[in-house]
Parts: sequence; structure tokens; C-alpha cells
Amino acid sequence: MTALNATTSNVRLTAPLSRAKVGMASLIFMESAFFSAFLVTYLYYIGKSPDGPQPLDCLELNLVLINSVCLLSSSITVVLAVRSLARGAMGAFRLWLAVTILLGLEFLLGTGYEWWGLIEDKGLTLQSNAFGTNFYSLVGFHAFHVLVGLVLLIGVFILSLFGFINPARDHQRVDIATWYWHFVDVVWILVFTLVYIVGRVPQGAPA
Amino acid sequence: MTIGSGHSSLAPLPGPSPRGRFWELVMQWAISVDHKKLAMMYIGAGLIFFLVGGIEAAFMRLQLAQAGNNVVDPATFNQLFTMHGTTMVFLVGMPILLGFGNYLIPLMVGARDMAFPRLNAFGFWLFIFGGLLLYFSYVGADGLYGAGTAPDVGWFAYAPLTSRTFSRGNSTDYWILGILVSGFGSMTTAINFIATILCMRCPGMKLMRMPMIAWMMLVVAFLVLVAIPILTAAQSMLLLDRTLGAHFFDPETQGSAILWQHLFWFFGHPEVYILILPAFGFVSEIMPTFSRKVIFGYPLMVAATVGIGFISLGVWAHHMFVVGLGPVLDSFFGATTFLISVPTGIKIFNWLGTMWGGRLQFTTPMLFVTGFVAMFVIGGLTGIMLATVPLDWQLSDSYFVVGHFHYVLFGGTVFGIFGALFYWFPKATGRLLDERLGKWTFWLLFIGFTLTFMPMHVSGALGMPRRIYTYEVDRGWEIWNLISSIGVPVQMAGVAIFLWNVVRSLRKGEVAGDDPWDAWTLEWSTSSPPPEWNFDRIPTCTSARPLWDRKHPEDPDAHYE
Amino acid sequence: MEAFASTAQVTAPPPAPPIPSAAPPPYTMKESVAEMDARLVICDPDAPPVSGAGVTGIFAPESPPSRQIRDLSYLVFGICIVIFVVVQGFLVVAIFRGIRARRVASRPDSEASAEPVQIYGSIPIEIAWTVIPSIIVFVLTMVTIRTLRDIDITTPPENSMEVVAIGHQWWWEFRYPGPDGEVITANEMHVPVGRPIWLRLESADVIHSFWVPRLAGKMDLIPGHTNYTWFSADRKGIFLGQCAEYCGTQHAHMLIRVYADEPAEFETWLDHQRKPAVVDASVDAGRRVFAEYACLNCHTIDGLSDGMFGPNLTHLASRDTIGSGFIPLDRDNLRAWIDDPNQLKPGCNMPSLKLDPPELDAVTDYLMTLH
Ligand code: HEA
Ligand code: HEA
Ligand code: HEC
Ligand code: CUA
Ligand SMILES: [Cu+2]
Repeated sequence: MTALNATTSNVRLTAPLSRAKVGMASLIFMESAFFSAFLVTYLYYIGKSPDGPQPLDCLELNLVLINSVCLLSSSITVVLAVRSLARGAMGAFRLWLAVTILLGLEFLLGTGYEWWGLIEDKGLTLQSNAFGTNFYSLVGFHAFHVLVGLVLLIGVFILSLFGFINPARDHQRVDIATWYWHFVDVVWILVFTLVYIVGRVPQGAPA
Repeated sequence: MTIGSGHSSLAPLPGPSPRGRFWELVMQWAISVDHKKLAMMYIGAGLIFFLVGGIEAAFMRLQLAQAGNNVVDPATFNQLFTMHGTTMVFLVGMPILLGFGNYLIPLMVGARDMAFPRLNAFGFWLFIFGGLLLYFSYVGADGLYGAGTAPDVGWFAYAPLTSRTFSRGNSTDYWILGILVSGFGSMTTAINFIATILCMRCPGMKLMRMPMIAWMMLVVAFLVLVAIPILTAAQSMLLLDRTLGAHFFDPETQGSAILWQHLFWFFGHPEVYILILPAFGFVSEIMPTFSRKVIFGYPLMVAATVGIGFISLGVWAHHMFVVGLGPVLDSFFGATTFLISVPTGIKIFNWLGTMWGGRLQFTTPMLFVTGFVAMFVIGGLTGIMLATVPLDWQLSDSYFVVGHFHYVLFGGTVFGIFGALFYWFPKATGRLLDERLGKWTFWLLFIGFTLTFMPMHVSGALGMPRRIYTYEVDRGWEIWNLISSIGVPVQMAGVAIFLWNVVRSLRKGEVAGDDPWDAWTLEWSTSSPPPEWNFDRIPTCTSARPLWDRKHPEDPDAHYE
Repeated sequence: MEAFASTAQVTAPPPAPPIPSAAPPPYTMKESVAEMDARLVICDPDAPPVSGAGVTGIFAPESPPSRQIRDLSYLVFGICIVIFVVVQGFLVVAIFRGIRARRVASRPDSEASAEPVQIYGSIPIEIAWTVIPSIIVFVLTMVTIRTLRDIDITTPPENSMEVVAIGHQWWWEFRYPGPDGEVITANEMHVPVGRPIWLRLESADVIHSFWVPRLAGKMDLIPGHTNYTWFSADRKGIFLGQCAEYCGTQHAHMLIRVYADEPAEFETWLDHQRKPAVVDASVDAGRRVFAEYACLNCHTIDGLSDGMFGPNLTHLASRDTIGSGFIPLDRDNLRAWIDDPNQLKPGCNMPSLKLDPPELDAVTDYLMTLH
């Protein structure tokens, strides 16, 4: 692309924006819209699910707090990874990336464990009531996005193991890829707030 | 086979046999990532779906021509309007308009391709796959009560009619999946549009020098990114309801049927502006060329476009006035809906301002965009009547609404599309469409369209609800329905002449040359059809009308910026 | 049209094995509801016509809310017509001027420049066509809100009577709550003239919409969400309407008939409906058929059964129509209906119970006595 742009006359280039950045920003914009539909739906159903397992009884904070800490701190480690890459420190880059991936994996496994407990002990399923429906859908769709982000990071990691990542050439691209990871984190803050703080209220009679 | 270098598409390949050469050609298109090829495939596929959707409509009109007719049975009729609406919106309007975006954006902003060519191809094939999935339901699914095959829940698929209880079989699942998949295609395309428009403009093309169409497409792309994900989310919820027993929209378990409507229309209203803004763009390019005048009030036009984009996110509940939202919400959404007529009016007036004092040349594209202005105003004004909440209580879900939205969708979007087809056909193929046949197409479509859709306002006001497969004899609706139905063959003749025109002109149409209309935007500065790389040299841009500046060095636009 | 006009043999077997398709139903009614209605109004010369154009027109209001809407609509239509004329007027003038300008400029002796004068915009003009529509929008909003204040009400109007309408796929249930017990009827709603009706709207399955254009605007019946609407018939007569929200296969045949009676007549009607079903020994056989077959699972006949899935049949014979308003109630039609409802109303939710002809005759005779 740069070759093409270089062919032209003396008029100054007026569009210095990077395609990759704009593309990723648009993708994140789109994903935000997608999540807002689920978040609004969750909000709508808070307190409207009188039968079946209740959020107050089901949701425990201990595990999910650990998960959240892991996920949120992975945003820091991924920044460290990108910085290392920019410096050209491949070893540090791989290390921080690995830590990020492990933290992400912990989050997924932790969520899985939490779900297992909910299903086995509390009997909360997608089908039990509006709370179950919304809980599993929202948290599940978020977990799905974590998974996608993880696949992305693991891909970068594998490429770097085989020496396909060139710091000078690729650190921008890797940086942009990590935007997605940050986005997934930010969404988790919203999901967590909604599900585990706002949503843990007694369920009244239906309106 | 050789996966061609840039030249393979121009020079005939030394294929072994004609049959081999045919597959060579097919493969060239199938694996192409060239925005122009993809665009032509988008438009071609959209036109094929237009014929399908049109034939579905023709059957509906045949059934409704008389009271108590028996051309189709009720279940079939319900499938017809569902498939007709879904097809026209998602498989005709969207792909054709996005296809034009694909064709024109790089050429008009002076770029060699879209920002992400492969993503572009991916989006196109998702759309095709989604469309095929929807139509596969005709052979692969059961409808309500197992009675039919294709989806029969209406294009907005209100809950709880879509629940497992009321929609057995899996036709509704096909509806969900078909739209979901093609929706992903639209979203990737929108990302591409934004990145291309923001990052790939040629030197000198500031935002406020972009062709109007680029602005419209930019706003459309944003609307796609806001609106389609909401539909995708709602459809995911519905799919969970239907397949895994979730309770989003099931009233028997505290699910809410109204929530679906909010989610759907939060998508659905922006969607209708997604369907009209590109057509506004076509008008804004074609009108100046054939008036030989610059577009009147460019900055205000841009502001109006952006304004429409924003306001259209806040009016969705005007589709829900009869849901019983209460006086406060009703008034609020009525007011925001009225408000949207201000920026829309600005556009209409700016087009009139462009025509005013110009030297008009009524070529076929100009006929279509002039028809657009006249018909869209009617559709817009009936929209205003619908936005008047108490009046909507009478007119909602009646044939008046059907009249309204065909005026904006056919008299607006489809007229715009035909104008654009006639205008850019020479660019894409190197040959002009025949003008005489073109005028026949215009007048037949215009007359047929008026015959079909004008009487619907009357039958609606006489109390005829939409989506009924038959009606009673004493209501005074028969004559209006008969006229409506008579319009359809007239439209068909128009469409058929157009198809013939395309076939004929491709073979022996007048050779167009680079710039047949003496126009002012960058796509006319390259050859017709453009080379795969669009421009031998990336052009530069000195104003909103770069070619005007080149043609009139004594009085360039740049002086007036 | 055809299907209603001719009289076919009731019992003739279809010539070919029945294909579930567009083949016309073998049973055809002698008379359409429209013809029946035309006959009914002759009895009452004062009643407004039921037949003819405008039976369901929004411009022939017979009740306060629909009249207010009509009045508002005149205003809004007026504004829109003015805008229409102005805009199209400018368009036409621009077209003719533009064509002439082109012709003049292209004359060989023309001194015109190559292109017309380029006008890039005009701030005052642009402000004008932003501000004037804004003012119109403001006016429209205000008149809308004013009318809404009167008709979009959340509390019952004074002196009103509450009636409950419940939408079913594809028929209407009407309930009249009262201290002496609830009256339940179907498809034909009776109301007293002049008294506001506060109509409570509920749904048993999917979303429907109650729309009788001459009485009031439509309002949806939504499962899990109660709505209200109101009207007050100005005068005696039958007001027609139909379900206006797509609700499945037979959405087209979910007709509404509102009978506005003089208050005294209405009271008589209500008292009559409150009585238990007639028991007539001469049709005992039919009564037994009804009770032996599944009919009683779905239909209530006071004193005999209490099914709730289908319409209440206690006073079936006091109604003019069956099948939600599009089949005149007479013996032939009723018999054909019970024989196989899908012939008359394809896709409807009442199954054919495959009665043999004597049973069919017996149960038809029985139902015809339920006045
Ligand atoms: C291309 C698509 C398109 C466009 C552009 C519009 C434009 C508008 N629409 Fe339409 N609409 C549809 C497609 C579209 N609509 C569809 C598909 C449906 C039905 C969906 C379904 O149920 O299946 C629908 C339904 C619909 C309803 C719901 C009806 C119902 O079901 O009860 C309403 C109600 O408010 C409405 C209003 C409007 C308004 C106010 C505009 C405005 O944007 C119009 C603005 C334009 C003008 C007003 C004319 C020009 C302006 C001037 C000349 C300036 C001066 C004018 C004034 C000051 C008033 N539309
Ligand atoms: C862009 C959108 C679009 C377009 C262009 C059209 C075009 C047409 N529509 Fe469409 N319509 C909708 C969008 C559109 N519609 C939507 C969204 C709905 C709501 C659906 C719902 O309720 O769920 C609807 C509903 C709708 C109804 C209401 C159904 C009902 O409520 O019961 C009717 C009824 O008449 C109708 C009729 C028509 C007709 C006659 C055309 C005609 O203009 C079509 C003309 C085109 C052709 C006839 C093409 C065929 C041409 C040929 C075959 C030529 C010959 C070819 C060869 C020789 C190869 N439409
Ligand atoms: C599975 C339930 C079911 C059974 C069993 C059933 N019906 Fe029905 N019936 C219905 C429904 C539902 C309707 C309304 C159909 C419509 O209008 O769409 C109806 C309508 C009717 C009507 C017309 C009522 C009106 O006012 O429109 C009559 C009469 C009737 N049934 C008689 C019978 C008789 C007699 C039997 C037994 C032989 C019977 N039904 C068995 C469900 C049932
Ligand atoms: Cu009930 Cu439509
Ligand atoms: Cu809308």
C-alpha cells in the first residue's frame, strides 16, 4: 500500500489514519452495539423473575472476583507484552503474552467452574427462569468473546514462537490486536457490575 | 489453473476448451477480491432476488385482486408476504446499495481498492450464503402448524408467534439464520466502508471535499454497525428461546413479547434509513450532473445526513404506537419522528435548489432521480401522517402503511437504484444502456408503481388491515385492490424491458467512453470499465468536484471553498 | 367473490382426492355476511348502513375518540397537502425552467456560457428551509399531544362500563364482569349506545389488535401485558372491524362485530346472556353427542361443559355469525362447520371430529336451539 501512495504528486497526503486501527475501532464499535442489546435486556429483566433460583442465592462473589482480577490484570500484562515487543525484547514479549493467555484461560475455566456449580448445586439453567436465561446468555456471550480474544492472542504467540513476528514491522499490528482484548475486559466490567452488583437484588412480583 | 495476475481478466486465456474457459471465468469471479467485481456480483444477485421478491408480490396481488379469491391458500399467502418483505429488505435493498458502495467508494475517493479486499469478498459470500439459507427453507422446513415450508411470521417476526408453541417446525429458524448470516456480511462491508472512506482518500480529498455519496455511505456504515448487531443479538436470543428453551420472549414464563419489538425496531428503523441514504447519495450525484450545476448547499447537506443518522436512532417506537406505551412515550416518539422531517426536508430543498436555474437534461437517470424526489415527498408526508400518534392508531398495520413504505422503498430506494444503474452502467461495462428503452422502463415503472401503491392509501383508510389473505365483500375495498393488482403487470413490463436493455446493451450498446455524462467526480477520470487497479496514477483532488476543476481551470471550485 | 356467490352441493364428495392446496373448499355458503348484514339493517331504517363503502372507514367516525382522530387528521392532511403542493410546484417550475434554459443555451446563436451559473448555496435560503419546517414540526407535535391528552388515557372515563376482550387464534372472547356474575360471549360484542366502554385487552396466545375504525383507533392485545382502550358508540348500529396485528394463518378471518344497542335493549341482552343454556328435550340426542365427543373439552355450554379453548356456545344461536364473524349462522353453515371447520376456515384451531351424518345433524339441531 505504501508503495501505491508514494507514486503521487506533491499534494500532501490528507488521510494519515491507519486502516487497521480504523477497522479494529469499527469492529469494537459494532461489538459494543451487540453487547448493549444483551446488557439492556439483562437490565430489563432484573427483578422480573420471581420463580425459580434467585440471583441472591445463586451468585457468590469469591470465585468471580478472582476471575475478574485475573481478566483485568491480563489487560496490564498484555500492555507490557506490547511494550516489550516495541522495544524488540522478544523474550519478555513471549513471557508477558503467555501470562496474559494463562490469565485469560483462568477466567474461562473459572467461569466454567462457576457454571458447573450453578447447574449442579443451585439448579440454575438457561431454562429455569428469566434470570437463568439472561445470566447464561450474557455471561456466555462475553465468555465467547474472551475465547475469540484468546484464540487471537494464542495465534500471535504461536507465530512469535516460530519467529514470524518482527518487532519493527509488527508491533503496531499486535498492538491493534490487543485492543480487542482490552475491549473484552471493559465489557466484563459492565457485565460484572450489572450481574453481580446491580442484579443481586430480591426479585419482586412481575410487573 | 492460473490464479490470475492483474491482466488475466483482460486478455483471453489460452484455455484448452470452451468449457474449460467457462470455468476459468467462473473461478475468476468466484475468487475475486476486486471491489468492482464483488460490487457487480452484489448488484446482480440483488437484482435476481428482486425478481424473486417481485414474483412473490405478484402472487399476493393476484390473490388480493378480488375479495374471496382462491389463488393461494392462507398459509402460502403468509409465506409470500414474509418472504417478499424479508427478501426485498435484506436480499435486494441491502446488497444492491452496499454493492454500489463497493463499486463507487474506491473510485470516487481515488483509491485502488477497498481497505480490506479479502474481508470484502468474505462479506459478499456471507450474504449469498445467508440468502440461499433463507430460500432453502422452501425445501427444508415446516411452517406454522407444519402447514407450510417457508417462514410465515412476517418480516418483523413478532414474538410470541415465533415461539416453538406457535411456530412449529423450523421455518422460523431458517428465517433467523438466513438473516443472521447475511447480517454479518453487511457488518464486514460497513467496516470496510468506514476504513476506506477514512483512510484511503486520495491526496487532497478532505472530508468536506468528498462526493456526497461517500458521506451518505459513511453514515450508512455507522448505522449498519449500530443497528445490525442489535438484530443479531435479538435473533440470537430468539434462537436460544427456540432451540435451548430460554425465556427471552415467552410471555408464559415472564418473558416479554414487547422486548422483541423494542429490539427489532431499534434495528428496524435505522434499517429503513440504511435503505434510503445511499439512494439520497445517488440523487446527489446524478441531479447536479444533469442540471449542469454544483450541488446546492454541500455543508448543510452533510450536516443533514449526519443529523438523519443520529435522529434515526431515537425514533424506533413509532412502529409501536399501538402497543400501549402510554401517553408520555407516545408523545416523545411522535415528536422525534416529526423532527426527522427537518433534515430530510433540507435534502429535498437542496436538490430543488440544485435543479433551479440549471440546464436540465432528462436522460433516463435524471428521470429516475426526479421521479425519486416527487415520489419520496409523498412517502415522507404519509410518514408524517403515521407519526401523528392518534392517526397512527387508525392507520397502523393497515394498507396505508403498506402504501407509505412502498412509496419510500420503491419510489425512493428502487427509483434511486434504477437511476444509479443507468448512470454508472457505462462506467462498469463501457457501454451505454439504450435511452429509448430506458425511458420506457421509467414510464412503465412510474405508472405501474402509482397504480399499485396509490390506491393502498385509500383501502387502508377504509379499514383494510395488512397481511390478510382475503377480505370481505362489503367493505368497499375491492376496486382499490383491483387497481393495485392491475399495476403489477405494468411494473413487470418495465422490469422486463430493463432486463432486455441490459442484455442488448452489453452486446451492442453504444460505446461509452470514459466520461459519457461530462460529470465531475473521480470515477469518470479513469477508463470504462476501469482497470483492476482503478487508476494508473492515484488522482489528486483540489475540491469537491475534481473534474470540474480540470475542465474549467479558469474558474475552479477551489475558489469557493 | 366466486366462492361466496354460487351454491354447491353440500354433500357431493370432491371429485379428486383432496390436495391441501388452493383448491376451493367443497362447501360454499349461500350468502355472505355482507349480504346478511344488508338484509338485517332493513329491519331498522334508523341504523347507519352496515354495508357499502365506509363501513370500516376512518372518516366515518361514530364515537368520540375516532371523531377526534378524524378531526386531527383533517388538520394533518391539510398541512401535508400544502407542503405537497409547494414542493411539487417548485419541482415542476424548476423542470420547465430547466428544460427551457437548456434549449435556449443550445441554440446555435446562443451567447450563453458553456455551463450555467454555479450557485454553491445561500445561507439565508438554507436557514429559511430549516426554520420553516421546524415550526411546522412544532405545530404538529403540539396538536398531536393535545389530542393524545384526550384519547390516550390511563384511567377509565367517567360512568364507563368495563368489558374484557381476549384475543385467541382466531376468534374473540368478550367478558362482561358484573356483580351478578360474568357474561361470556364470543365474536359479537354488544354495547349500550352513549355509554363509554372501557375495554380491557388481553391475549390468550399471540399478539392481536382490536380495531373497529368507526369507534376508535386500534390497540394491541399482548400476552402478559394488559392494555386498555375506550370508545362510546354515538348511535345504534353494527360496527365492523377486525384483528389488525398479524397473528398467524387465519389472521384475515378474525373479524369483530360490535352491536350498539339502546341501553334498555342492551340490558335485556345482558340478562338473557346471563341465563343458563336452554335445555330442550327434543334435541337431547344432539346434546348427548356434544357431551360424548371432545366438544366439551373446548367449549363451554352453561350447565353442560366448561371447556375454555374455543368460543362459549351457551347462547350460540343468539349470534348472527360463527367462525369469528365471516360465516352467517344458519343450519347449513353450522353443520358444515362442525363437519370440518377447515373447509370454511383453513388452518383454524378446531379439529374435525369426523361425526357421522346423523350425529352431525343431531348436534347441529341441538346447537341451533341455544338461544
Ligand atoms: C426507505 C425507507 C423509509 C423511509 C425513508 C421512511 C421515512 C419515514 N417514515 Fe416510514 N416506514 C418504512 C420505511 C421508511 N420510512 C417501513 C418499511 C415501514 C413499515 C415497517 C413495517 O411495519 O413493516 C415504515 C413505517 C413507518 C411508521 C409506522 C407505521 C405503523 O406501522 O404504524 C411510521 C410512523 O411514524 C413511519 C414514519 C416515517 C417518517 C416520519 C419518515 C420520515 O423520514 C419522512 C421524512 C420526509 C418528509 C417529511 C418529506 C420531505 C420533507 C419536506 C418536504 C419538508 C417539510 C415537511 C414537514 C415539515 C413535515 N414509517
Ligand atoms: C424494497 C422493498 C420492496 C419492494 C421493491 C416491494 C415491491 C412490491 N411490493 Fe412489497 N413489501 C415490502 C418491501 C418491498 N416491496 C415489505 C418490507 C413488505 C412487508 C412485508 C410484511 O408484511 O412482512 C411488503 C409488503 C407488500 C404487500 C403487503 C402484503 C400484506 O400485508 O399482506 C404487498 C401487497 O400488495 C406488496 C406488493 C408489492 C408489489 C406489487 C411490489 C412490486 O413493486 C414488485 C415489482 C417487481 C416485479 C413484479 C419484478 C418481477 C418482474 C418480472 C417478473 C419481469 C419479467 C421477468 C422476466 C421475463 C425474466 N408488498
Ligand atoms: C380442540 C378444541 C375444539 C374442539 C374439540 C371443538 N371445538 Fe369448536 N371451536 C374451537 C375453536 C378454537 C373455535 C374457534 C374457531 C375460529 O373461529 O377460528 C371453535 C368454534 C366453534 C363454533 C363456532 C363458534 C363461534 O361463535 O364462532 C362452533 C359452533 C363449535 N366450535 C362447535 C363445536 C362442536 C359441536 C364440537 C364437537 C363436535 C366442537 N366445536 C369441538 C375449538 C374446538
Ligand atoms: Cu388476531 Cu390477527
Ligand atoms: Cu420507522
